[in-house]
Amino acid sequence: MENTAVKTAPASKKVNLSMKQYGMVLALIAVYLIFAALTGGKNLSAINVNNLIMQNGYVIILAVGMLLCVLTGNVDLGVGSVVASCGAVAGTLIVDFGVSTPVAMLAALAVGALFGVFVGFFVSKLAIPPFIVTLATMLMGRGICYVILQSQTKGPLPADYNWISTGFLPTIKVGAVDGASGVDLVSIAIAIVVAVLIVLAEIKNIATTKKHGLPMVPTWQLIIKDAVIIGIEFFFFYKLACFSGVPVLLILLAIVVGIYHFITTQTVAGRQIYAMGGNAKAARLSGINTEKVFFWVYANMGLLCGVAGIVLSARNASATPKAGDQFEMDAIASCYIGGAATSGGVGTIIGAVVGALIMGVLNNGMSLAGFDTNVQKIVKGAVLLGAVTIDLLSKRKKG
Amino acid sequence: MSEYILEMNHIVKEFSGVRALDDVNLKVKPGEIMAICGENGAGKSTLMNVLSGVYPYGEYSGDIVYNGEVCKFHSIKDSEHKGIVIIHQELALSPFLSIAENVFIGNERKKGGIIDWTATRREAQELLARVGLEHENVNVPVNSLGVGKQQLIEIAKALGKKADLLILDEPTAALNDKESAQLLELMLQLKKQGMTCIIISHKLNEISYVADSITIIRDGHTIETLHKGVDDFSEDRIIKGMVGRELTNRYPKRENCPIGDVIFEVKDWNVYHPDDAHRQVLKNINIKVRAGEVVGLAGLMGAGRTELAMSLFGHSYGQKISGQVLMNGRPVEMKNVRQAINNKLAYVSEDRKTYGLVLIDSIKFNMTLSALSNFFSHNGVVDHHNEALKAEEYRNLINVKTTSVDQAVGSLSGGNQQKVVLAKWMLTQPDVLILDEPTRGIDVGAKYEIYCVINELAKAGKAVIIISSEMPEIIGTCDRTYVLNEGEIAGELSGDEITQEAIMGCIMAHNRKGDA
Repeated sequence: MENTAVKTAPASKKVNLSMKQYGMVLALIAVYLIFAALTGGKNLSAINVNNLIMQNGYVIILAVGMLLCVLTGNVDLGVGSVVASCGAVAGTLIVDFGVSTPVAMLAALAVGALFGVFVGFFVSKLAIPPFIVTLATMLMGRGICYVILQSQTKGPLPADYNWISTGFLPTIKVGAVDGASGVDLVSIAIAIVVAVLIVLAEIKNIATTKKHGLPMVPTWQLIIKDAVIIGIEFFFFYKLACFSGVPVLLILLAIVVGIYHFITTQTVAGRQIYAMGGNAKAARLSGINTEKVFFWVYANMGLLCGVAGIVLSARNASATPKAGDQFEMDAIASCYIGGAATSGGVGTIIGAVVGALIMGVLNNGMSLAGFDTNVQKIVKGAVLLGAVTIDLLSKRKKG
Repeated sequence: MSEYILEMNHIVKEFSGVRALDDVNLKVKPGEIMAICGENGAGKSTLMNVLSGVYPYGEYSGDIVYNGEVCKFHSIKDSEHKGIVIIHQELALSPFLSIAENVFIGNERKKGGIIDWTATRREAQELLARVGLEHENVNVPVNSLGVGKQQLIEIAKALGKKADLLILDEPTAALNDKESAQLLELMLQLKKQGMTCIIISHKLNEISYVADSITIIRDGHTIETLHKGVDDFSEDRIIKGMVGRELTNRYPKRENCPIGDVIFEVKDWNVYHPDDAHRQVLKNINIKVRAGEVVGLAGLMGAGRTELAMSLFGHSYGQKISGQVLMNGRPVEMKNVRQAINNKLAYVSEDRKTYGLVLIDSIKFNMTLSALSNFFSHNGVVDHHNEALKAEEYRNLINVKTTSVDQAVGSLSGGNQQKVVLAKWMLTQPDVLILDEPTRGIDVGAKYEIYCVINELAKAGKAVIIISSEMPEIIGTCDRTYVLNEGEIAGELSGDEITQEAIMGCIMAHNRKGDA
């Protein structure tokens, strides 16, 4: 009944696609193509595309959790150590106590969550700065990990445990002739489903934009955007189809990213994190329990460390005390490369994922191109600094 | 030598194609106090930023002639070197440094690159004496002083830079009446010593008191300059120049607004200071507000008005809180903000930037923030469709001047930001609204619109409580007012009884009682 009060804007109102929003995606493509040139196309190979996922799965999972911490204007430094501790618990339970895989995984998740609750309690109830609390868990977690593993590597872990990081969905291969392994139809089917979902989402988006009389992006620009996205998507799945099909890890990543993208964009809880990061005092006076938000953000980070701990130990088929070293830095860098603000309140899950992929493509490309590991660190540092500098300078110009 | 100390001729300044200043001319005589008046966004601050070198030479066109010399300032340092010092609305003091250090910040007393502490302290003491703070210890951190004294420290700092043209941007915005009066007296005193001042202020009564001439700016143009003793200096005359029309009534009349039953009642409310369990901030407060009634909370700064509002609003202030709140005759529990919102109480905070808005987020985001879990979500999932509709509806309803509800709130003017905060609390569908300084720092036109919204709320049967430091606002908008002093109700006035004299009378009588 009150809808009549809303004026519909003239349909002619148009606005160009914001290039800034997709700048990092373009940067990702650029980095990938540069290394394709440097490695003579080695990083385009089917096996390498598969490796990209398997090598970077843990960073993406951690970047997703870290983004929530970054949104509150803080970071979690304890991530790497907690990942190692979670893997250590699972590995020890399986190797020394003969516990079954599901129980070991649950135990790893529980340890991660416990660490998260521990941090959450200190940062929310006692209002100790997260930097200090997580610096403590970084040291404590590493120590606990060494104690559990008695400074040794526990392994090998059983195949059903490793399946989550090394397994593939069932495949239906066609055209396997002359030694070529053929193309997997399951991968192609998934690719088609994803493409259809992208198109449907865009159509729905156009419909709501129209309904609310908001300025529209010209259709041709949308078509180009979606064509590029779907193009990348098909390239990616085709490569997987040529190798061993869809990795189980990819499905896990899709679920994790999907859940957190939904939480941050569609739920009240997500809105509360952004509001708190943007202005904690105003959020509190708006009826948001900022203590509770803070607690859950850090508790959640712990849980995701558990997931990453499982993924990492499963990929290595063992738990080692040195595992996860400096993972927190990769996760934090991913968030900032993906456009999150150090002051909090700004950033997206998709941005953090793209940031993690940029780091991953960079690592992978440099290894393939035979860069010295020391040089790799210099390049990664420079990319982080460069990406954030460009991001901030472009924002300043606008303002 | 020219008759003027400063002439700004044909100043034009553009921001990405938009002319913020369009052929502005300003002439200031030595030793006078010149006031610059205009609505928010008229270009006052831009003009002062051009003058002080914040926008360097080359970014604007036109001439600045100071002491007969054409000046090309490339930075604030250049203009300060010539003796032009600007004091911004937001104080530029470093809270944990001492008074002496702050007075000479960026202008240190030194010998061969080493700070000369003796000279720093001695000269700071001398400068403090010139601004009437001779009894302050220069070694204490500046945050131990109140805002009023901090403002005076800023002036001492300017004097330390050998300023002969002082620009004050809204110097009394954060001060109470007594502190403001002190500051104005200091300005007059400095004038006697030969200082030239430019003051920007929304408080027109202060301007007509202190200024020798008033230049009015509207939409980036200089409209006119009024001179004391020659032109009419009344507030109405100034407003006419600022808005380009006569604003016959600054407070819109509330008609057809029947006053109903008591819907909000506070009984024996006692609150202690959050950091000091022995210091009682509010003592036995009893208030009643009826449906459709607009009730004021008058009092000097520090009387406990904001503390009362915030302690009521989900115990957001204080400790050891006791007393009872009744909504529609029923006692209610409001131990946190969520409970307060659910019990249909809304508190529109003072200082919208710090306590009211998430500046980096959109108008829509801010408007629905408090009402999100009650009205704009299902099972924790945000209803984006309904959210967009309601935000758009309220944007039109209270006339937020913007192209889209997706625009960031930080880019809006103060008046429009205040409207967004109001909309945010209207959307929680409250029965009782407490508005804390609802028109602070916003221009005359936007104030009028806010008063209209308040009238609409009262007509819709809401109980409205207004906290204001501007007594004319209380007089112009309220049916009834409580006067608070030192944490107690010092009096209650209604209808025609509400006058500045009566309010001050309540405060004085209460102070005498306390002394006795």
